[in-house]
Amino acid sequence: MSATTDMAGQEPQIASAARTDGPPAILLDKVNKWYGSMHVLRDISLNVAQSERVVVCGPSGSGKSTMIRCINRLEQHQEGRIVVDGMELSDDLRSLDAIRREVGMVFQSFNLFPHLTVLDNCTLAPIWVRRMPKKEAEALAMDYLERVKIPEQARKYPGQLSGGQQQRVAIARALCMKPKIMLFDEPTSALDPEMIKEVLDTMVMLADTGMTMICVTHEMGFARQVADRVVFMDRGEIVEAGVPDQIFNDPKTERLKTFLSQILRGH
Amino acid sequence: MSDTAADPRLLRAPPKRGIRLSWADERLRAIVWQVLVLGIVGGIVWWLVGNTRHNLEVRRIATGWDFLSREAGLPIAEHVISYSPTNTYARALLIGVLNTLKVAVVGIILATLIGTLVGIARLSKNWLLSRLAAAYIELIRDVPLLLQLLFWYTLLQALPSPRQALHPLTGVFLSNRGLRLPWIEWQDAHSFALLGLVLGAVIAFFYARSARAKQMADGQPRKVWPVALGLIVGLPVLIWLAYGAPFTGDIPALRGFNYAGGMAVTPEYFALLLGLVTYTAAFIAEIVRAGIQAVAKGQWEAAEALGLSRGLIMRKIVLPQALRVIIPPMTSQYLNLTKNSSLAVAIGYQDIVSIANTTLNQTGQAIEGIAIIMLVYLTISLSISLFMNWYNARIALVER
Repeated sequence: MSATTDMAGQEPQIASAARTDGPPAILLDKVNKWYGSMHVLRDISLNVAQSERVVVCGPSGSGKSTMIRCINRLEQHQEGRIVVDGMELSDDLRSLDAIRREVGMVFQSFNLFPHLTVLDNCTLAPIWVRRMPKKEAEALAMDYLERVKIPEQARKYPGQLSGGQQQRVAIARALCMKPKIMLFDEPTSALDPEMIKEVLDTMVMLADTGMTMICVTHEMGFARQVADRVVFMDRGEIVEAGVPDQIFNDPKTERLKTFLSQILRGH
Repeated sequence: MSDTAADPRLLRAPPKRGIRLSWADERLRAIVWQVLVLGIVGGIVWWLVGNTRHNLEVRRIATGWDFLSREAGLPIAEHVISYSPTNTYARALLIGVLNTLKVAVVGIILATLIGTLVGIARLSKNWLLSRLAAAYIELIRDVPLLLQLLFWYTLLQALPSPRQALHPLTGVFLSNRGLRLPWIEWQDAHSFALLGLVLGAVIAFFYARSARAKQMADGQPRKVWPVALGLIVGLPVLIWLAYGAPFTGDIPALRGFNYAGGMAVTPEYFALLLGLVTYTAAFIAEIVRAGIQAVAKGQWEAAEALGLSRGLIMRKIVLPQALRVIIPPMTSQYLNLTKNSSLAVAIGYQDIVSIANTTLNQTGQAIEGIAIIMLVYLTISLSISLFMNWYNARIALVER
């Protein structure tokens, strides 16, 4: 398949449907990354506006996770610029810390700290990074645990919770740092079907508060309901981007058509 | 919780299980097997005791502990507390226990420190450092300990005689008679200063705790180490100064065929300690490496994503989780080191095995001698196990 039919060169991110006034929350400009000789991110350019909700989808190995992991530098890109909340990602550790304080992340495998209670998981970073008094941090944590609807689990350990509960704790833990941006890396992929809904509901609730969000997910229902924009990636590049309606009902490229038919068959 | 009574899952108690008199019943089988095993073990013990008593009678050997209060007449080169050959066997055996403890305790502390450092070095991104650590580990743990002890001992024996002793620093002499270090003439003031050091450490500990409590109250982290350092160093120095700062150096000097004065480390102790520490540290290094690597990569990533610094991640996230993997095999290594110290016999360090052996040779009380050795190792080993198990339980994870 040639690049022209994929519209890869036509800067699809311009098709943003959201509030584009004001400076972008996240700017990716021609970002490239290699693992050894494998080119995993190719000229990724993406603008995410304040309060915009972007859903990233694509087949596995397409570079979706790598892209959002570059945004808080869990992975390093080798070429191009990434600017988060006005701060450019560089080797300067201080700016990295500042960016990580503003960007919350939720992982596929939850990654809760198993040796700490749910409450301590939530208060650790506010206390040690934000330098918040313990009482204040605990009140804040309880507030968020209530919002994700599990305040009664605060004194338990992660191992005592179900997968859905653990993922909601992970969301609350990220929110306790009061981030401006939230990244979700396939947050429901490791969950049983009946638990997916409780996590998606939490994410919808979060979207309603006006949080800037980038979600890597295969939950197309969630994308339709919440996303301002859907970005389709394949083989390390952004192939198509647009409002959910356009992406799902009027795919332009063969690659997206194939992907959508596979996703729909799977459901 | 208040609503437990309403939870329908809690209304019915689990049924009680009885025992059926059938070989198909799992619990009946378990009981039968246990009775059988107990019977066999009891039988073997009965036979052993009877056999031993019979043989002792035939050979007319009197058993008993009377020999303990007799004069030992056995010279011991190294003793922590005062001893002379005119003392009793009990005292001689006590010296042996103390000598074993002296090498085991110091060995465990040093092996833990060196092992941890080597284990971390093995994980270092620095190519040279990690390869050096790997080479050390592979070399040391593949050679039998007895051979290494003989190697160190022979090496120390090959040092020049006291008259040509090496002295890399003033007052430090290394010869085939051992290591001599400068020391001070101990006075009361020094004892009080030492007390001050302990006191300073205790106060520093409580200061650190209160600083933590204050941080939890207002969020501001406090620098603890300058105050702690001041307390731990300053307090003993102040006490020492208050006593008029007495100081008389005790520099080793050649007198006759050997050195006198200063602090002496015998070649036997030095070789044993060196062998045990380097050997055990290699194993501990691998345990530490495994422990750190056992912490999932996702833990680092989650902590980094929250903005925690590398030091904080190590302290708050990785080490607490690594420790629960490290502690059980570490306990085994401590036990190994303690028991391996009995190889002291091979290089003439007088530990409990060596002294108990001599005792049973001189008195003929073989059963008692062996019993004492077993009792000593059992007591030390169980103490280590109990402490480590307590610590392990304290840091265990809660699941379900």
